Amino acid sequence: MAESAITDDMRASVGVEGPEMISEVTSTGCRLFARAVGHTDLIFYDREVARQRGYRDVVAPPGFLGSLIFRPGERPEMGGQTPLKTPYRRVLNGGTTFEYFEPLCAGDVVHSRSKVTEYQERQGSIGPMLITFRETSYVRSDGTLVAKMYGNLINY
Amino acid sequence: MPEQVYWDDVDVGDEIPTLRKNCSTQQLVVWAGASGDFYQIHYDQAFAKDTGLDGIIVHGALKNAFLGQLLHDWVAPAGGVRKFGCTYRGMDYPNQDIVCRGVVTKKYIDGSNHLVDLEIWTENPSGQKTSPGAGTVTLPARG
Repeated sequence: MAESAITDDMRASVGVEGPEMISEVTSTGCRLFARAVGHTDLIFYDREVARQRGYRDVVAPPGFLGSLIFRPGERPEMGGQTPLKTPYRRVLNGGTTFEYFEPLCAGDVVHSRSKVTEYQERQGSIGPMLITFRETSYVRSDGTLVAKMYGNLINY
Repeated sequence: MPEQVYWDDVDVGDEIPTLRKNCSTQQLVVWAGASGDFYQIHYDQAFAKDTGLDGIIVHGALKNAFLGQLLHDWVAPAGGVRKFGCTYRGMDYPNQDIVCRGVVTKKYIDGSNHLVDLEIWTENPSGQKTSPGAGTVTLPARG
């Protein structure tokens, strides 16, 4: 394999948490997400049905961890991360896993921090690639860890 | 809603009910708004072709959310989705079936929780697994 794309700066950044991001779980956000997926369970749409089933409010559908707060001139979807400087031109989302510890409901405000857990270099069918493994923790305003997201990005 | 599934009645190797999806481009636009992923390859045909794709492709994260629905619908109302995810191996296109499937790989008890692990995936019309993954759910136990 050619020279490593993993720089000393990247090595030093492994395990270091990025800036805190704030997301809001709103009833409208839950409904729009559920509608986009095609959910039919009314707990994702109707507050009364959700409460009858023991939830505090409209439930956030699987994979919905709230909407990041947008401000003009910012790119909240970057999660406070600056794009990696790599010799590769293209980037692919390799995959995502969600782990839940508590249900998220409308009204929750979630504070998240993301960190790189590992860099890997591989020779794949599409050529040499750099895989960045990232873990993001989601903590509700009352301090409860509600979810974790594990993802990987492929630069190639 | 189908009847509640109980942990006691599940066996390793069981296939859970499939969930069939077929995305219109309109659904992809709703997803873009809901998820905040506004990458143009998911709604702008000319842009998608310019990047070398055959056309608009379905968001990987939407297929992952379909797998979340697959598990939720199986365990509801009394069960819960603990963990789920997939890798994005192959592209799927609008107006083509995306079939979500799951098979039970393990059942176990952790404290007071009755848990089931599954292999989950989406399948394209050629039967290829375009988003293979795994999930863990809790189910109610009888008695």
